[in-house]
Amino acid sequence: MSTRVTLATAGRVLRQLRHDHRTLALLLAVPSLLLTLLWWIFDERSPQVFDGVGAVLVCLFPFLVMFLVTSIATLRERSSGTLERLFTMPMGKADLLLGYAIGFGLVALLQAGIAVTVAVWPLGLDLAGSPWLLLVIAVADALLGVALGLFVSAFARTEFQAVQFMPVVVLPQFLLGGFLLPREQMPRLLELLSDVLPLSYAIDAARLVTATPDLTAQLGRDLGVVFGVAIALLGLGAATLRRRTP
Amino acid sequence: MANNVVVQVRGLRVVRGGAVVLPDLTLEVRAGGVTGLLGPSGSGKSTLIRSIVGVQVVDSGTVQVLGRPAGDARLRTRVGYVTQSPSVYADLTVRENLAYFAAVLGAPRSHVDRVMHEVALESQARVLVGRLSGGQRSRVSLAAALLGSPELLVLDEPTVGLDPVLRRDLWDQFHRLAARGVGVLVSSHVMDEASRCDRLLLLREGRLLADDEPAALLARTGGRDVEHAFLRLCDETEVAA
Ligand SMILES: Nc1ncnc2c1ncn2[C@@H]1O[C@H](COP(=O)(O)OP(=O)(O)O)[C@@H](O)[C@H]1O
Ligand SMILES: [Mg+2]
Repeated sequence: MSTRVTLATAGRVLRQLRHDHRTLALLLAVPSLLLTLLWWIFDERSPQVFDGVGAVLVCLFPFLVMFLVTSIATLRERSSGTLERLFTMPMGKADLLLGYAIGFGLVALLQAGIAVTVAVWPLGLDLAGSPWLLLVIAVADALLGVALGLFVSAFARTEFQAVQFMPVVVLPQFLLGGFLLPREQMPRLLELLSDVLPLSYAIDAARLVTATPDLTAQLGRDLGVVFGVAIALLGLGAATLRRRTP
Repeated sequence: MANNVVVQVRGLRVVRGGAVVLPDLTLEVRAGGVTGLLGPSGSGKSTLIRSIVGVQVVDSGTVQVLGRPAGDARLRTRVGYVTQSPSVYADLTVRENLAYFAAVLGAPRSHVDRVMHEVALESQARVLVGRLSGGQRSRVSLAAALLGSPELLVLDEPTVGLDPVLRRDLWDQFHRLAARGVGVLVSSHVMDEASRCDRLLLLREGRLLADDEPAALLARTGGRDVEHAFLRLCDETEVAA
């Protein structure tokens, strides 16, 4: 592993995004626009709905977006031949994956920062806990998205397939994660299933920040699971990268 | 290396997608001149080149590069590789691409300007690679392989589709590098390029038809040019079989 190569890769990923103004604008603005839409839908009749799910959504956008961006970016790296070239150079697998995680992690920080600010200040999201905690959860979710995207891209041959992984990998986690119905109220089998899906812990953490002002042990555990799974998936992602291909 | 052998391939067998691409290949590449790897499309040139740079899964046989097994970590700053289709980032400028690859290689930043000059792309330094023509894009890809100080350059069809003047300049550049002692292996499916090589490896259906100097090859086969020599050799092997 080399810090020079890792940081160069993070910088390169960010530079690629900087040249793509439209993607950058979408990345930074869309979560806030959707939050505003949600606020507007419920504002007159039942503002407590926005307070209930606002924090969860703030954390889910970075996950979703980073999953998509990463899986497509890595797939492109494979199909354009740049991955093959990098692997003939002094590029470690960990350098590449960490470079991506750092680059996209910084974008996620910016994206979540804007979303939290917009939700808490103009839209008046009612949070019992600290908005900073919400930011930490959002970045953890984004890293989970990056790691899952890197991992899944190994199983996709085309960008079209990569996009199709979203409904397969992301939506079930979303449905089972306690967003629609608290997890303990779901049928027992589904509750057990949700226990092994990492996004459930991210949603639990966001709910805790919505409901309680303190830093509870449970919140620490939830955050630990999200970060832990993200790191484990990065490791698995490294195992799917091959210097030699058939 | 005393005998200046930079690549040594012995009994190389490669199967891709269930088909035997290289059945049993043995050959050597020496420094001190430009070696041309010539053969029609599909003859296995890229597969051999990928085996030499250590990105191809091989079934059996050995490939030694600069005295080490192909793909060895210590070779990664010593071998420059150009993939057949340009492998550069379309959403970065020419300079940003080269600066990134220089950082990965640990090559000095000054090399970025040097290689842009060598492929005549200084005026496009700030242009996004995605906006360049195909030929310009392959020059960026070639420039990236010239970063650092590779002892062996492995170039997969680097001059296809380029302007004749630029093509001549690049071949001159390959010869200058070779004269400095860099091993240079260039593949092409265009038989005309054979005349620019100091040594030829002719490949057909994964088998080595000839390993000779161009003049000696023509004398031996009595062909007018390398294309004719290639045809003669094909006929001979068919009669023998
Ligand atoms: N990724 C691949 N999977 C399966 N077969 C391949 C792959 N790439 C090339 N081949 C096959 O290997 C043979 C040699 O290809 P290649 O080495 O690219 O030849 P050349 O570079 O001389 O045109 C061809 O028959 C081609 O169809
Ligand atoms: Mg080829």
